[in-house]
This record gives sequence, C-alpha cells and structure tokens, in this order.
Amino acid sequence: MSGELIPIYIYSRRYFVPEGSTIISALEYIGFKLKKGVGCKEGFCGACASLYRLKDDYKLKGGLGCQTVVQPEMQIVQIPFVPAPKAIYNIEELEADPEIFVRFYPELYRCLSCNTCTKICPQELQVMDFVQAAIKGDFEQVANLSFDCIMCGLCSARCPAEITQFNLALLARRIYGKYLAKKSAHLEQRLKEVESGKFEEGYRELASLSPEELKNKYFQREINFQIT
Amino acid sequence: MGYPDYMYESIKLVEATRPKRVEMAKEGLQKFLKPLSAEEREKVLQENHPDYQPDACKPIRVGPNKGEYMTAEVVNILERPSPLPGDFAIEPVDYRTDVLVIGGGGAGCQAALWAAKNGAQVILCTKLRLGDANSMMSQGGMQASVNPGDSPLIHYLDAIGGGHFDNKPELVKVLTSEAPFIVKFLEELGVIWDRLPDGHYQTQSGGGASRRRMLSARDYTGAEIMRVLRDEVRNHPDKILVLEYLPAIELVKDEEGKVAGAVLFDMDTGQHFVVQAKAVVIATGGFGRIHIGGFPTTNHYGATMDGVVMAYRAGARLLHMDSVQFHPTGAIYPPQIHGFLITEKIRTMGGQPVNARGELFVYPLEPRDVEASKYIQECKKGLGVRTPDGQYGIWLDSPLIEILQGPGTIERAFPAMLRQCKRFGIDIRTLPMLVYPTLHYQNGGVEIDELCHTRVPNLLVAGEVSGGVHGRNRLMGNSVLDYNVFGRRAGIEAARIAKETEIKGRLNVAHVREYQEELKRKGVEPKGYAPILLPEYRNLEALKRHREEFDPFAPAGL
Repeated sequence: MSGELIPIYIYSRRYFVPEGSTIISALEYIGFKLKKGVGCKEGFCGACASLYRLKDDYKLKGGLGCQTVVQPEMQIVQIPFVPAPKAIYNIEELEADPEIFVRFYPELYRCLSCNTCTKICPQELQVMDFVQAAIKGDFEQVANLSFDCIMCGLCSARCPAEITQFNLALLARRIYGKYLAKKSAHLEQRLKEVESGKFEEGYRELASLSPEELKNKYFQREINFQIT
Repeated sequence: MGYPDYMYESIKLVEATRPKRVEMAKEGLQKFLKPLSAEEREKVLQENHPDYQPDACKPIRVGPNKGEYMTAEVVNILERPSPLPGDFAIEPVDYRTDVLVIGGGGAGCQAALWAAKNGAQVILCTKLRLGDANSMMSQGGMQASVNPGDSPLIHYLDAIGGGHFDNKPELVKVLTSEAPFIVKFLEELGVIWDRLPDGHYQTQSGGGASRRRMLSARDYTGAEIMRVLRDEVRNHPDKILVLEYLPAIELVKDEEGKVAGAVLFDMDTGQHFVVQAKAVVIATGGFGRIHIGGFPTTNHYGATMDGVVMAYRAGARLLHMDSVQFHPTGAIYPPQIHGFLITEKIRTMGGQPVNARGELFVYPLEPRDVEASKYIQECKKGLGVRTPDGQYGIWLDSPLIEILQGPGTIERAFPAMLRQCKRFGIDIRTLPMLVYPTLHYQNGGVEIDELCHTRVPNLLVAGEVSGGVHGRNRLMGNSVLDYNVFGRRAGIEAARIAKETEIKGRLNVAHVREYQEELKRKGVEPKGYAPILLPEYRNLEALKRHREEFDPFAPAGL
C-alpha cells in the first residue's frame, strides 16, 4: 500500500486511509477492532458484504470488504449478514421436482426480472438468470450459474420482490448434487471393498513394518497418475 | 493496478522458456526433474524451512508438555493468563445440553450433525458466524482413494511419508479407510463434485501424492462442502442450537474432573454465559492468525489457536506443536492479496514454479514443506523476483494450464483465483502469479486417539486443532478429509459419552486457577490474555488511542 492518504466515509464519518487499502484494511487502519463483518479476508465467506457510494455517482454499489479497494470520498457501510428465511427440510424426503420451490420459497415467483440482484453481486454471477432457471425448474442450470455464490446476501437485501436468491440456489444445488448428478460406479466398488475388509490385512502389514522398512517402502513406491 | 513495469523484464524470460517447459510437461516432468530423495529433502528443509531455524522453538514452562520444545509463538500464547475474571461465578448456568460443540467450521458441523443423529441434544457455539472457518476457504480439494488404480493403503503410505513418519498410524488408517465413505456421505447431502461426463470423479494429483485422488468442486471445494454442512446443521433446529458470535474462552469441569461445559464470552457486550454439557467437542481450527515467524497467512480471521489453549489448561497433551505448515504458494503481490492462498491445484493442473530467469527449479509437486523450502532457497540465492516493497517471490506460471489443458480451463477450474486476481488487475490466463510461502496450517495440536478422545475425560477434539493425523507435514486435500472424518467420529463418540455421563457436584474452573498458579510459580510474566480470540491489525497510533476501560474485549483477568 502506498503512503498517500485519501479521504473516505465510514458510517458517515470522514477518515484518511492509505491509498490502495481494501475496505477491511482501511477499517483496521482507522482503529476499528473488527468483531463482525469480517471473515476469511480472501473473498470466500461473504462475511464482509459492504454497501458503498462513490463521489458524484447516484448508484448504490455492493462489494466484499476484503476485496474492494477504497476510492477517494467513498461512503461505506457494512452488512455482516442479511436476515433471510431459510427453509427447514429433510433432504431425504425431497425430490428433484420444481414443486419444492413453490413449497419452500414461493416468493421466487414474484421475480420482476429487474436484474438488481445481478448488478449487486460481488461475484459477478448471473443471479437473475439462475432465479429464472429456478422458476423453470432447471436444477442443473441453477447449480451451474450459482455455484460460485458465497452467500453474502447482497442480492436478497436489494431484491424488490423479497427473494432469497442465495438460499433457494443452495437448495437447488443440494437437490442437483444428490438426485441428478451422475454417480460414480468406482466409488460403490471401493466402498464395497472397504466394507468387506479387503484392506485390513494390508493395514496390519504396514503397521508391522519397522521404521526403516516403512521408509523404504515409501520412497520406492510407484508414482502413477494414470486413472485406470 | 497489475504488475509494475519493471517486472515485465522477468515475465518476458518466463514467456521465453515456456514452450520448452510445455514440451517437458507433455513428456512428463518426472523424466526431467526427479522428486528429491530422503537425504535431499532433509537438507533443503534444514537449511530453509522456518521450523528448522535456531530460534523457531523454545521449551514451554508449564502444563502437560512442560519442558518440551514448541514453536515460540505458540509457547508465548500458552503461557498467557486466562481472560476469565477472578471473581467469576459459574452459577447460575445459562444453558444445559448433552453435547457442546465449540467451533462452527467443518469439524464442528460434522460433530453436531452426528451427535444429533445419535440422539444427543447439541449446542454449537462459534466465535463468528456458522461456517466462518478455514474449512470455507480450502480451494483445491479433498483426498479419497476412489479410482481403480488407487487404494486406501497407497493413500496411507503417501500421508505417512509426507508427514515424515511422525503421524500416529492408527489415525492415518482411520483417515484413509473412511475417505470413500465421506465422499458418499457428502454427495448424499448434495455436495456437487467435479465429475467427468460418465459420472466418475475428476481427480487431480497433489504434492506428495502418488496417485490422482483429489476430488474437487471447482476451486470452491471447501465452500461447497461447508455451505452444505452449514445448511444441514440449520435443518435440525430441534436438536442443534447454534450460538453465533459467542466464542468459548474456558472449559469447565465437574467435581470429578470431567469436562462438563464451557464459559462463552460476548465480545461486544462483555457478558459471559455458562453452558453445562455432558461431553464437549473442541473443533476450533488452527493458528494461522498468530503469524508465526512474522509470515502472512492464508487463514481465516478467527484462526487464533483458542481450542489448543483451552484444552491445554484443562490438562490435554499437545503433539507436534513444533511444526508449522507453510503453503508454498501464497500470493506476495499485489499487496491487497498478500499471503492469500493460491491453490496447489494450480500446480497439479500444470502450473510450474519458475525463478526470475524463467527457469523451472523444482519438481512442482513435492510435499508442501519441501516445496516451500525450495522457494525460500531460490529467493535466498537471489533468483527471486523483487516486489516494490522489497520482498521476493517466485513466478507460478499459470498460463501453462491453458496451453496444456485447453482454453477455458482456468475459467472452469479456477473461477475463484481468476476472479480474485482480476479484481487487482492481473489476468492469470495470460500472466503468471507471484508467490512466496505463507503460513497455512497447524500440523500438530491436541493429541487424540481414533475416537477423538484426549486424555481429559469427556473432552473430544477434531479437525485442525487436533494433532497426530498429519505428523509434521500435512498433504494437500487431507485437511478437508480430516475434519469430515474426525468431526463425524467426535460427534458419534460425544453422543455415546453423554448417554452414560452423570455430572457430579458443582461446576468449576479449578484447573484454570491451578494453571495460573503454575505460571506464577514458574515466574512467567503475565502478558495479555489467551485465548486471544481475534488478531490485532490496528496500527500503533490507533492502539495508543485505545482506552482499555471502555473496551469489553479487554476483560479483567483472573
């Protein structure tokens, strides 16, 4: 970070912070001890969702505090989490049937196609498209388009139709992963082998080796990245 | 943003050697660069790895491991006094439950789910939000021997050799033999693995692995598993009560010395809450945020070693706390992402580490400690790339991935990395990444057995906070596996223990007072408190302004 200080507004107060700071590092520089609104600091957890407005810009923007570089005169507030309904369900009792959206997230069908969700998404996901895919009952499409969602909640905070995009997408992904994704016969085979005790003898043998024998076995082991 | 102009001289050298390196990769890099022998590994580690440097470790003066050498920063924290106020009254108890799980990451969620499945009422408390954990951040994958040419036994051998044969063998057996079951369990919850068109798993190799057994979910593997586990925990509100923003700061025991709950602390209001439980699972993760050796870290904000501190005071033994994992490829430039994780999968998919002259100087998939040591050595030799603030890094040649695996591969396999670097002006499809080792994982921890018991009755431990599974060096993809396998086991065992436990007499924190007495007897100067709960990043000026008496986070002390 360069030494140059620039003015920003945190919860409406003006502070000077080093140019190049992210929102989170700017808060720490100012002297906030962060107890909420901070998480992995690497853009994976969605804990540091922030809203901001730039100078002379009418638009309200959103970003992750740890991934957004501050700009002069930026006005910033943080949203540690967005209160949102989450369906309670037993995944074993569900089916890959679009009816589950009607049952658990009926507000989905209020979507106005305004695209506000897509515009605010800090992951640049096509949020409105996966909402529309959910309306059509296309689980695979929802799963693909929403896969990189970190559930920061900014979409649902902005949605005029009060949809909880991030929770309904999670439901769709779980249904896809459990009921629709193709399964591997190799896994079933391996599970049978483990259950039948096929490897027990091998484990006993490995455990009985002297440290020297074990080392030799390790350094002489075959390295083979072929799958067959 | 992006790279400063002067770096392009070196980038040109990387580009110049790229075609040759593509040819080598196509023929198989093993032909040109042999993985190091045992002696060569030992030498490069001795000379370069931070753990092996003269001042890295020192003996601890108190507690069950008294006299043993541990990482100096770990000792400093363990020798701090408790933040519990001296006049702290345990009663009245605020919550009563069968099983208390401390920690809301992967291990904690697995433990809560399986304890509930086995009939227990569960409270899960966590310092930040449910799922705010290192588990959420793992990118590359999870190891499991699911392919025909592989087996749990080969996985065992890789893990134990990678750990320098210091792992507890019985734990490695559990880890490797239960891996396929975990794959199945997670996909039945709805986790979406990367698959080939025929449904088989897309698998990659990893450092120190002799087969392809890394299952992935793009480069959001940890996030995909964690958000599903979190969702599943929330699907059982009748059995699992989740308390967010409420870290535990001490365990409590009954009059027989069994662990019987914990004291929780509200960091905003300074309130304490007591949970009484028949069994306690500590699943608080690791220690990256204590910045050992001054290294930056890939770890979550909450990774401050709290669980090790609480368990140690309660009498648990620690194992391998002289061993720290430095991930070879942390970002070192641009400064906004300094220390961030660049997944090992970049190398498993063909990315190569090259020096400032564009030379490939090491086999890209050595075990992590060896690989990291080679990077440090290369920079010491003066063959690193200088950053504007005077640090040195190694190029990780990511554009190779698309040359070797086809255009579009990076967008498909590494959306997180692509997105993150683009935010700071670097397109990793056309430009290499600048990396240097970063503090990544707590190899050791609280010693456990196969059922996650510690030597303290009714105290179970699972996940990164535990020690013994990985020896002195964990392999890629074994931590995600670890927290799933042992988190589940801890939950099942905690439910079993809860059924046959009767809490005897009054709850107390005598063990904390005894520990403090021992500190005094040994003449340890009291300095700060532990668990530290949150790292400190405020600048010095801000800290000087800071008035302790107005901060509920600065508690009175026992």
